Amino acid sequence: MERLTATGAPLLSARDLAVGHGARALIRGIGFDLHAGRVLCLLGPNGAGKTTLFRTLLGLIPPVAGKVLLGGADLDGLSRSQIAARLAHVPQALASPFAYTARDIVLMGASVGLGAFARPGRAEEARAMAALDRLGIADLADEDVTRLSGGQRQMVLIARALAQEAQVLVMDEPTASLDFANVKAVEAAILGLAAAGQAVVVSTHDPGQAAMLGDEALLVSRAGVIASGPVSDVMQEAALSRLYGLPVRRIEGPDGRPHFY
Amino acid sequence: MRLSLLALALVFALILGIGLGPYPLSPGQIFDALTGGLTGGLTGAGDDRQAQVVLWNIRGPRVISAALIGAGLAAAGAAYQVVFRNPLVSPDILGVSAGAGFGAVLGILLGLPVMAIQLMGFGFGLATVALVIGLTLALRGGAQLLVMVLCGIVIGALAGAGISLVKLLADPDEQLPAITFWLMGSLAGVKRVDLLAAAPAVILGLVPLIALRWRIGLLAMGDDEARAMGIEAGRLRFVVIAAATLITAAAVALAGVIGWIGLMVPHMARLVAGPRFDRMLPAALLAGASFMVLVDTAARMIAPMEVPLGILTAVLGAPVFVVLLARGARAWNG
Repeated sequence: MERLTATGAPLLSARDLAVGHGARALIRGIGFDLHAGRVLCLLGPNGAGKTTLFRTLLGLIPPVAGKVLLGGADLDGLSRSQIAARLAHVPQALASPFAYTARDIVLMGASVGLGAFARPGRAEEARAMAALDRLGIADLADEDVTRLSGGQRQMVLIARALAQEAQVLVMDEPTASLDFANVKAVEAAILGLAAAGQAVVVSTHDPGQAAMLGDEALLVSRAGVIASGPVSDVMQEAALSRLYGLPVRRIEGPDGRPHFY
Repeated sequence: MRLSLLALALVFALILGIGLGPYPLSPGQIFDALTGGLTGGLTGAGDDRQAQVVLWNIRGPRVISAALIGAGLAAAGAAYQVVFRNPLVSPDILGVSAGAGFGAVLGILLGLPVMAIQLMGFGFGLATVALVIGLTLALRGGAQLLVMVLCGIVIGALAGAGISLVKLLADPDEQLPAITFWLMGSLAGVKRVDLLAAAPAVILGLVPLIALRWRIGLLAMGDDEARAMGIEAGRLRFVVIAAATLITAAAVALAGVIGWIGLMVPHMARLVAGPRFDRMLPAALLAGASFMVLVDTAARMIAPMEVPLGILTAVLGAPVFVVLLARGARAWNG
C-alpha cells in the first residue's frame, strides 16, 4: 500500500515529554511528531512504561514534564470530549461485564460528542454499521461480544475507535495474544487505516511487525528512550539489542523486509 | 413492543392492587372513584363515597408507594450494577440500607413520632454513603471502586452492629416487635402524607438516572475507556451514586428494608431489553413497579396478618434468581 508522505501540521506530538505516576518519571525525553497517514510503533520490554505513555497521550494522567500536543493544542487545555473527538483509543482487550452486541460496543464510539442527555439515533447507528463494514465484520454486528474470539473482539474495538471518527488512533498491543491469522487481519486493518489518512500509534512486542507497520518507531526501556525516528534508522541491531538486553540480529528477507531474531 | 407489554402488566398490577382487599373494588368502580375524586373531591354518597375513600386514602397511597419504591429500587440497582461493573451488585452495596435501618430503629427506640423515624432513616442512609465516599477519598487507593465497596461493607457492618445494639436496648414488648417488623419491610400503615414526603426524593433521584441513561451505560466499559470516549467518568459516577442513594434512602425510610428487588429486577429487565442501560432502564422501572405492587398485594392478602415484604421478596426472589442465572448466563458475563 502506498504510504502518504508527511504533509501539513502534525496531528499528535510529544515535546520533551516525561511520563509516570505522580512526580516519579518512568520515561523521560520523549519527542515525536505524528502526521496524517503515518504509523508510529512503540517498542519496549514489559514494565518499561508503554501503557503509562499511552495513558498520558490519552490525557488520562497528566505528564510529569513536557507536553502532548493534539492537533497543535496542548492536551492539558482540552476537555474530555474535545480529546475524544480527535483521538480514539483501542484498548488491549475488551472488558465488558455485560453481554453487549458488537453493534452496541461500536455505537458507543459513534456516539462520542453527543450531548449529555442525548441518545444515539439513526445517524449514530449508521456510523457504527459503516465502521463495522469498513473492517469487514458487519456480519458480527448482532453477535454477543463475550462469545467472540479474541481476534474478533479486537476488530470490534478497532471498529469502535473508527466510529469515533477521530484522526488519531492509539492502539495498545492490538495483536497481543492473537493467533497468526488474526494478527495478519489486524495488521492489514492498521495499514488500511494509515492509507486512508489516519495517524496511528501502536505498541507491539514484535520488532518485525513494527518494521512492517511503522513509518516511525520509538524504543523505550526502563533506562529511558533508546532510539526514536524513522523506522529504517531506529530498527537496527544495536538499538534493539540495548532495548531488550540481549543480542538481536536483523536480516533482510527475500521480500526485502527486515526480520529479527 | 416489549415495553408496552410491561406497561400493560403495570396497569394490571395497579388495578389488582387497588381492587383487592377487605372491601373489593371492580375496575369500573376504580375508574369512577378515580375520575370522581379528580373532578370533585370526595363528594360521592354511599358505596361511591366508600370506594372513593378506599381508593384515595387507603389503598391508593399504598399501591402508588409500592410502585414508586419498586421502580426506584430497580433503577438504583440497575445503575449500581453498571457503575460497579458487576451484575451481582444491589443498591445497598455502599451501606445505605443498613445506615437507614439504623437511623430508623434508633428513632423507634427513642420513641419518636413516625415522621421523625422516617426522617432519621433517610438522613442516616444518606450520611452512611457520604461517610463511605469520604473514607474512600481519604484512603486514595489505586483501585477506587474496590476500596469504595470495601468501605461500604465496613460501614454497613458497623451500622448492622448499631441495629443489634438498639434491639438489645429496646423494650421487648413494645419496641422490639416494631423494630423487627420495620427491618423486614412493610407498607402497612403508609398514608398519603408519607407518600407525599418520600416521593420527591425518589423522583429527584430517578430524573438524572433517566436523563443521563445513555452516558451512564458507558461507565460499564470502565473509567479509562469511558474517559477516552469523552465522558467525565468520575463526576458522572458521583451523580449516579448520589441519585441511587437518594432513592434507596427514601425507599427504606418509607417502607423499611426490602431486599432482592434492586438485585433481581435489573436482571429481568436485561433479559427483556438487552444489556444496554438506556434500553433496560425503562424496562427495569416498569418491571420493578409491577413486581412490588404485586408483592405488596400478596403481603396484604395471603394471611390474616400482614406478611413483611422482605420475607416475600426473598421467598419469591431466590427461586426467580436461580432461574434467571440458569437461563441468563448469556445476559451477563460474570
